[in-house]
Amino acid sequence: MIASDNTARELQELPAHRTLRLWSLASGKEALIALLLLIAFNAAFTPNFLTLQTLNVNLTQVCAIVIVAVGMTFVIATGGIDLSVGSLMAISGTLAPMIFMGKIRPIGNAYVAVAAAILLAVCCAGLLGVFNGWLVASLKVQPIVATLVLFISGRGIAQVLTDGHLQSFRVAEFQWIGLGKIGGVPVQVLLMALIVGAAAWSIRRTVFGSQLLAVGGNERASELAGLPVRRIKLAVYAISGICAGLAGLVVIAINSASDANLVGQGMELDAIAAVAVGGTSLRGGEARILGTLMGALTIQVVRYTLLANGVSDAAALIVKAAIIATAVWLQQTRKAF
Amino acid sequence: MGRARTFSVATSFGATIALFALVAFGCARYDNFLSLYNVTSVLRYNAMFALVSLGMCFVIMSGGIDLSVGAVAALGSVAAARASPQGLLAGLVAGVAAGLLMGTVNGLLVTRARLLPFIATLTTMLAAGGAALLLADNQSVAVSYTSGFTSLGQGDLGVVPVPCLIAAAAYAIGSGVLNLTAAGRTVLAVGGQEEASRLMGLRADRIKFGVYLASGGLAGLAGVILASQFGAGQPIEGAGWELSAIASVVVGGTLLSGGSGSVMSTLAGVLLLGVLFNVLNFENGLGLISLSAYWQSVIRGLFLLVVVAIQSTQTRIRRQAGFHS
Repeated sequence: MIASDNTARELQELPAHRTLRLWSLASGKEALIALLLLIAFNAAFTPNFLTLQTLNVNLTQVCAIVIVAVGMTFVIATGGIDLSVGSLMAISGTLAPMIFMGKIRPIGNAYVAVAAAILLAVCCAGLLGVFNGWLVASLKVQPIVATLVLFISGRGIAQVLTDGHLQSFRVAEFQWIGLGKIGGVPVQVLLMALIVGAAAWSIRRTVFGSQLLAVGGNERASELAGLPVRRIKLAVYAISGICAGLAGLVVIAINSASDANLVGQGMELDAIAAVAVGGTSLRGGEARILGTLMGALTIQVVRYTLLANGVSDAAALIVKAAIIATAVWLQQTRKAF
Repeated sequence: MGRARTFSVATSFGATIALFALVAFGCARYDNFLSLYNVTSVLRYNAMFALVSLGMCFVIMSGGIDLSVGAVAALGSVAAARASPQGLLAGLVAGVAAGLLMGTVNGLLVTRARLLPFIATLTTMLAAGGAALLLADNQSVAVSYTSGFTSLGQGDLGVVPVPCLIAAAAYAIGSGVLNLTAAGRTVLAVGGQEEASRLMGLRADRIKFGVYLASGGLAGLAGVILASQFGAGQPIEGAGWELSAIASVVVGGTLLSGGSGSVMSTLAGVLLLGVLFNVLNFENGLGLISLSAYWQSVIRGLFLLVVVAIQSTQTRIRRQAGFHS
């Protein structure tokens, strides 16, 4: 296992280097084609597909996946994985209402309360991300197992906090992030665009971006070259946690309610799928942020297509599994040549 | 090297020692801890986890991971419940066959499509969950109480619950395969150095396919027992089972990186986790602490955390010991 991993990594070094330059040309091309095909299919067969309302529904639903998947792209680029994102969404989605509804400590001013809620909830998710990173970077636990710890106990913590009860609220100042609009564009879509833009910029233009790709491409070599591998890993898991925390807030703001049992349920798989469909290798060494955006949009439109054409939820799960497996497989085969 | 060996002994017996310590603690603290009723119900309930963990143990030793076991067990339980009116054997066959089918899919995805084990089994987790819901019409499926199917989960042979006998047989076979057959050695070789074992002419793919098949079949069998024990096939049961199984395997001293491990220590790991929850239930009963069901997953996560932390420290010490000698 170790030997084959190393050879695979070495073989990937060249293409990984090339992706740095050709990044903007190649990113998410396959996903884009799939997306266009799906849209064409829907335009032909799904009634009322090409309406502004459909666009709005899909954009609203896809925001959370995109935000989480961007964070996941960073983690995957370093050769890791973060299974805990759904649970971190649940924690931040549970914590925020408790704060702005004054359950922990009454806060007089609504704006202060909401600001504190958002800040604390996202910071908490970020810190739990740091904890994931610490397990991976310092204790050298495999990423799957390290993040499995919070995958299961994170949701448990959220449930314990509320005793499993639903928290419903109507706080316009907070729900602005899910329901508000700036110049006709939903705030969450702007938030999503901002995060995608910042992520794409940091991967392409910053030292941190090149460093994390190097770590994912060849960890040992990066370490020998003097890169701060430990710190980079801590950072990517923290970023993933922060993204998950934000996504959790968006989801509960849209729903006007927070259910610790449901917020972010199954999100880890959606996010990983978006990254894989977007063309980023799950073995690390590359990060295609725009591809991830395309991947998430594709997954969303697949889900919408199945739903709009009356496929049951259960059957949709099987279809989704088949699509993810095929996408990852195709992407690997392409790499082999 | 002497130090290294001491530590590997400590790892493999650690779970057993902790188990005895916990049992001793329980005996001293609670009146009915060693009562026949408590002992048999703990064993009966944990037989399912023991089966799932046995499969997981082999998968992990081969250097992989199987995240689909919980969903596969749920699928197995629904399939068994659907077939249960035709009798005990029909239910058993249906459940195990469903598990073997999903195991085959896992095996093919890993060996043929060359997907990473966690992504392959994560997708089958999704697919098996969907298939279970489809087969069950989104609700739990009651089993037949007249066909004798329930004796598989609820019956006793003398004082020993039937599920325990099944689990004991499975562990005896598993231990035999690992320690006495070429296949068992090959699992460890492939998990330790896949490329090297391939170059030596070992059939790595066949072995890997085999471990996923076995894991699927055992998860299906666990599902059969689940349906039989609780009287219903439960399509959404099994969430978090993969974590329990991984925790049990790891606490038994099996390295997550593959290449080494022990079947019997895994059993000790399963029992340790089972007895831990039993002790917590007794504490709840005493009224000294009050833990809701939600705490279970928190505790399970903490347990895994402690175990991997210990294992990581030991690996580091072992590496240093090996380096100095």
